[in-house]
Order: sequence, then structure tokens, then C-alpha cells
Amino acid sequence: MADAYDILVVGGGPGGYVAAIRAAQLGFKTAVVEREHLGGICLNWGCIPTKALLRSAEIFHYLNHAKDYGLKVDGKIGFDPAAVVKRSRAVSAQLNNGVGFLLKKNKVDVIWGEATIASPGEVLVAASKKPAMQPPNPIPKGVLGASTYKAKNIIVATGARPRVIPGIEPDRTLIWTYFEAMVPKKFPTSLIVMGSGAIGIEFASFYRTMGTKVTVVEILPQILPAEDAEIAAHARKRFEKQGMEILTSTKVTRVEKKPDGVVATIEDSKGATRALEAERMISAVGVTGNVENPGLETLGVKMERGIIVADGMGRTNVPGIYAIGDVAGPPMLAHKAEHEGVICVEAIKGLDPQPLDKTMIPSCTYCNPQVASVGLTEERARELGIEVSIGRFPFIGNGKAIALGEPEGLVKTMFDAKTGKLLGAHMVGAEVTELIQGFVIAMNCETTEAELINSIFSHPTLSETMHESVLDAYGRVIHA
Amino acid sequence: MPIDILMPALSPTMEKGNLARWLKKEGDKVKPGDVLAEIETDKATMEVEAIDEGVLAKIVVPEGTADVPVNNVIGLIAGEGENAKSVAASGPFPMSEKTLDAPPAVPNAPAVASRTLNAESSPRIFASPLARRIAKEWGLDLASTTGTGPHGRIVERDVKTALAHAPAAVPAQDTKAPSVPLSTPPNELVRKNFALGSFEEILHDSMRKTIARRLVEASRTIPHFYLTADCNLDTLLRLREAINAAALMDKDAKPAYKISVNDFIIKALALALIRVPDANVTWTESAMLKHKHADIGVAVAIPGGLITPVVRAAEAKSLSVISSEMKDFSARARARKLMPEEYQGGSTAVSNLGMFGIKSFSAIINPPQATILAVGAAEQRVIVKDDAPAVASLMCVTLSCDHRAVDGDLGARLLAAFKTLVEQPAGMLV
Repeated sequence: MADAYDILVVGGGPGGYVAAIRAAQLGFKTAVVEREHLGGICLNWGCIPTKALLRSAEIFHYLNHAKDYGLKVDGKIGFDPAAVVKRSRAVSAQLNNGVGFLLKKNKVDVIWGEATIASPGEVLVAASKKPAMQPPNPIPKGVLGASTYKAKNIIVATGARPRVIPGIEPDRTLIWTYFEAMVPKKFPTSLIVMGSGAIGIEFASFYRTMGTKVTVVEILPQILPAEDAEIAAHARKRFEKQGMEILTSTKVTRVEKKPDGVVATIEDSKGATRALEAERMISAVGVTGNVENPGLETLGVKMERGIIVADGMGRTNVPGIYAIGDVAGPPMLAHKAEHEGVICVEAIKGLDPQPLDKTMIPSCTYCNPQVASVGLTEERARELGIEVSIGRFPFIGNGKAIALGEPEGLVKTMFDAKTGKLLGAHMVGAEVTELIQGFVIAMNCETTEAELINSIFSHPTLSETMHESVLDAYGRVIHA
Repeated sequence: MPIDILMPALSPTMEKGNLARWLKKEGDKVKPGDVLAEIETDKATMEVEAIDEGVLAKIVVPEGTADVPVNNVIGLIAGEGENAKSVAASGPFPMSEKTLDAPPAVPNAPAVASRTLNAESSPRIFASPLARRIAKEWGLDLASTTGTGPHGRIVERDVKTALAHAPAAVPAQDTKAPSVPLSTPPNELVRKNFALGSFEEILHDSMRKTIARRLVEASRTIPHFYLTADCNLDTLLRLREAINAAALMDKDAKPAYKISVNDFIIKALALALIRVPDANVTWTESAMLKHKHADIGVAVAIPGGLITPVVRAAEAKSLSVISSEMKDFSARARARKLMPEEYQGGSTAVSNLGMFGIKSFSAIINPPQATILAVGAAEQRVIVKDDAPAVASLMCVTLSCDHRAVDGDLGARLLAAFKTLVEQPAGMLV
């Protein structure tokens, strides 16, 4: 058996492989155990391939609107679902290879298989029994195989899987999870999307753009429930204008399967029920952490409601065992997992890293229009009893937005009225997922409104809407 | 050239004020003497008058702006032959937000000097803008704060921790007078003690902030001691009745004056200071200011706070003059229309809570005064007179003294002189 690793990471998703690379940078002898695909769900079945699909939808949308820009497209504009999916898979495959290359470059060992933590310091790796997603990724070259591995520190980064509502279990044919929704053989003519979080809304937006009749069913009173109500309402209006049907305060109580379709029984808040028919349905009711496999319970690792309890540095109650990413609790986002991975490894090294502040984790949804946010929502700030100064700026007042033909959008900023602390920023509109970083940096540097007001935003850019929103919070907006 | 309208200094110590209201709009013609705007200072509302003729071309500082530094441009007047519109567009003008950090334009040597000294002698402090702002608001010295941010940078949580844990350790005189008392923990920490929705939050106005700041400063820096004495008011009450009964009636059958007990007290304290001149003083670090007249501050409660107008040279004023001055002061104090020179200065003050039946209390000295007399209620008590029990009207008074300026013996002599005058009030009439 090989020498003990300093750090062994269970799970090669964005949290795990980033933690491994950082560990290698810090001089640790490091390994990653992965059972299916380097880069995890994010890179293979989540964030990345959906962005590729949405990019196809976006270009399709532009082609259909070429005339708006004075352009002529002769002939029929159409799509080839197989080719759209193929491109999306190719994007994932390229990045999947890239992760393998990065791990190799950093001299991180990759161990292929399913890990079980036998005891602190010891990990059993066996061949994975989980059926691989189709199309499967080839096993990378040079990986280590099933064996017992010793490690001084074990980081659990096993990610999450789709949450399932009992009675409405995805059969993966008629009722899809994000896995099936990402590799359709054809685009369905009609689709029910159950759940309007980021995953549900992105698929709803993609399929709607591709011409599918889409109905979104959300149990809560607003879509994108984690977002600021005003922004979510703006996005909803836009979706509805695109022809999407959105039913909030409504739940799916039963789904009946037909030969090539489903009939969902839905119930609104008053208890009225009706049948909703569609060719396919996507179950997008959130994700749940993969905490069952690695043998945590037998080791006495403390868990609460399906989440491994870890301190701000990833430490569990069992010395030598750490947890990061989705298994360590919400928000279950790749960038949160990556950040936690780095913090965890730096803490093991004794570098005293800054603890993660969950109020500063941005959130992005890549639907059309895009939605992005960081910090407190207005509702939450008011619940906390904070006196706020709120600024808003619409895209219609921004020259670049008009030139792009994207005049609909809104930037909302919220400051503590007493200290000028930036409490939250919420945006909907073109490219806001790229813009939000400005506010994330501002928050992390603890700027007040003064620094933001004094900053020069280049003209003409969409980012000027951010500046104007801040100015508006202090009664100084120029272009509104 | 357009004429700048500057934030006026309404008193020598004023550093900033609130621009309460504009009475002219942009584009309005103005002539000398026109009231342009109202400025709210610590305790009063003042008017800004136009000195030049022209057109109000631009309002630079909008109404409702707090803490506008003295000498900041608040507006522009276009003179004869000038186009108001082009003047208005000529900016940029220093906005109040940007100039808050600039040293005040009025002479305020100690504050400026200590700030400069601090900047030169200590290395750069790495702190986030938010941490700096909170520290400034609470008067926290960042040099003594430990940073836990990246590379030891001081961040919001450090400032909040410092404020929550070691408030008393921060010496008040180290920093520029903070706008709020130093010892109070951050808002959220205080608020946390009470259930959300169980209280209403009333933001401090400038008077509340001034009271808080000055009294914290006074109770921290002034070594107080207290002297208490009972005064027999029998003679004074009889005299007061006789004086008031002798008042001429005007055509509405109203007496020309009605002297209150408090008017007697003001006069008695003034004469006592003249009789014990060593107590008629103000402490400064290098010298004692020995006053030639007895200027007596009188605490007047008004909605939302209190104010202490000063009866100047009260020793030379008749009771009826003091009485009518006090009536005028009280009325204008309630309307917040007192001029700064009417409530600044004084070498002592009277605070009377007798009307509430308070028997005795001790008051906090209002700097730069050296003493303050806390007056309780006059009540009938059984006393021993000529070896026999007798009934008399007694009033308990407590003199708070600044020990730096007034020692025990001196304070006692002042209070004894006061007692003599009150008990033999004929002495006040000559």
C-alpha cells in the first residue's frame, strides 16, 4: 500500500477538485476519489451543460429576431435537438478533460471508484455500483483503482442529487430530472416544470425558447423563491410575456402516466384541483446531499436534517474528517463548494483563512432574462428590523441596454440607512450574471455607498445601471 | 462671477448644521435681506439671509441635508447680467457628503491639531470603509482595534466587537467629539434586547445628539461634588406676594409683572456670585476665567429635550426684567428660535424641578459653567425655632461644583451667600 496521503478528498466535483488543487499548492500529498466524472454534476450535468443549451436557445432567439437588428436570414430557421445536445456534451467533455489535466499537473492522484470511510484515516475504495449516466465519461488514464487508502485528513465532498417527492418519483422517461432534461432525444411539444428554483426556471426558459409549451408549477407564492420578490415579479412578467404559463401557490398532488405523456393533478392554495396534461414533466424540486455512502454514520459524524454539521472551516465533530459543498448545507452552489474547499484546506494548513460569510454568496439564474443577486432580500432586511435605503434603476435608462436591444431589466440595491453598508443587490436583465460580481467585491471589501458613488463606471456599459441604482438609493440618480 | 451662498457659522464653535428648509426656489429673484433658507443647529433654527441681489441660480445642498460643514457652498446666486442657467450648470460643487472629512473651516484648534498629530505619528491603519464609518460614528479609536480581516484588516465585525466589549476603555478626549456617547454599544446589540415590533424607533434629532454628547462629556471630564442646604422661604414668599400685589394692571386687567420664586433664585444666585467672585469662574486647561458679571443659565424643558438660555448680568437686572426675559426665553425656546448667543456661556445655571414636587436632586454641570444649582420644591415643614417647634416653608437646593474650578470651601461660601439672600430677600431689591 502506498504512503498515507495528507489529504484525501472524496468527490471530484467543483468543491472536491478545487480543494485538491489548493491542497497540492500548499504542498500536501493529495488524492481525489471519484466514481463517475471529474468536475461533478456542475461540470457534467449541471451548471456547464445547461449554459451550453441556453446559449443555443439564445442564438436561436436572436436568429428569430434578426429583423429587429436590420438583418436578413433567408430560409427557415430551425434546430436539431441532437446537435444542440451534442454541443452541450462536448462542452462538458472538454472541461471534464481539463479537470483531469489540472489534477495531473498539480500531482493530485485520482482514485476511481466509490469511497467508504472505514475509520478516521482510512478510506476503502471499491468499484462504483451506481449505474453511470448516459452517455458515460471514459475513465481517465492513469487513475488508481479499488484499494484501501490511508489519509491524515479526509474531506467529504460528495455533492447532491435531485430531491424526490414521494409519489411523483421521476421515471426518467416521462418525468425527468435535470439529467434527462439535458439530453432530450427531441424537444417535447409541452412540458410541466415542477419547481421554480434556478434549475426549474432555466429549463423552463430553455424549452420555452425552443418552442415548447411550458407550464411552471410552484408551491410558494413567488417563482425563484430565494430571490427578492420585486425581481422575481419582474422576471415572471417577462416569462409570461414569452408565453410561459406560471402557476404559483400551486402544488402537483398526483401524476398519471400515459403512453407518451403525463396528466398532473394540481391544487391551488384554495384547494381547487385541475388536471394539467403535457408530453413531459421535469421534477426540479431541489437537491439533497449525498451523505449516505461514505460511512459517516458508523463513524459518528454529526448530521442534522441530511446535512453534515461542520464549523466554518469544514471540520466535523470527528477529528480528521471534514465536509464541504452540498453535503455541508445550503446554498448548494458550485462556487460556495469551491470556496469552502479552499478554506478547509487552508485551515488544515494552519493558514487561518477568512470564514465564509453566507450573506455574500452570489446567486445566478441563466434564464432569459437573467437573474442575479447577492446579500439580503428586502423582505429579509425588514424582518431583521434594519432600516434600509433602497435604490432602483431600470435598463430603459441605460444607453448600452438600448443599443443591445435589451431595454428591460432592473437593478435594485439596498443599503443600511445608518451605516451605508451594502446589504443586498438584486438584478434582472441582460448579462446581469456577469455584472453581479461588482457588488460581490464591494460587499467583500465592505465598501459603503460612498466608494460606489465615487467609482467611475465605464460608458457605455450595462454596469452603469449598477452605479445609477446606488445613486438612486441616495436620491442622486441621473438618468431616471 | 456667481456668488456662493456659504453655510454660515452661527456661533464660533459651530462646525456643521442641518439645512432644514429652502425658502426660495431655483430661479427666484432675491434681494439683500431676503430669507433664503433655514439652518438647524444644535438647539435652534436660524435663517440665512441674502446679502447680494440676483437670482437663486442653484441649490447645491438640498433641504433636509444633515451635518453640512460650515463654509460649504449651499447655493449660488447669479449676479446682474449673469445667466442663471449657465451658472447652475457650472458645477461641480463640493457636496456635503464629500467634504464631511475636511477639517472644519471655523477655528477649532484642539480637534484639528489632535487629528493631524495622530495621522503623523501612527502608521496607516488598514480598515474597511464600513469599519471606518462605524468607528467614526461611535468615536472608536481604530488604532486600538484588532483587525481579523484579510492581512489583519479591520472589518465591520471587529469594530462591532470592540464596541460591544470595551466601550469604557475609550477615552473621550482622544477623538474629536463624537456625535453620540461612546459607551453605548452598537444599535443592533441594544435592539436585540427587545422583541421586534415591541418598540417604536425615534431617530435622534440634533438636540438629542447634543444633549447626549455634552452630558457624557461633562460627567466624564468634570469632577463633580455636591453641597446641599435648606433655605427658609417664609420671608421671600411674603415679599413675592407683596411685590406681585403691587403690580400695575394694564387695560386688560393683567398685572404688569408676576415674579416667580425662580426669578428670585436667579437673582439670588447672581448676587451670590458677585459676593463670592472666586466662584464666578470657568475652568480652562491653562487658566481660570474670572467673570465680571454673573451670567445665569436657566434650564428650560421643551418638547424633545431642554435648553439653557442665559440671563446675562443678572446681578444688575431687576426682578421684573429677569421675569420678562425668562418669559420671552421660554416661549422662543419652545419654538426652537433661540439664537446661539442666547444659550451659550454662563458661569452657573439653575435647574428647578420643584414644580413636580421633587424634594432634592443633583444636576450635571453644563460646560463651560463651573456650577449648577438644583432646586427642589418649597414645602411646609416643622422646624425648631427659638427652641420650639414651628412651621416654615423650606426649599432644598443642591449645588454641583466642578472641583477643578470651585473647591469645597469656595462652593460652600457661594451656597451660604445664596441662602442668606434667599432668606433675607430684601437684599435683592437694592
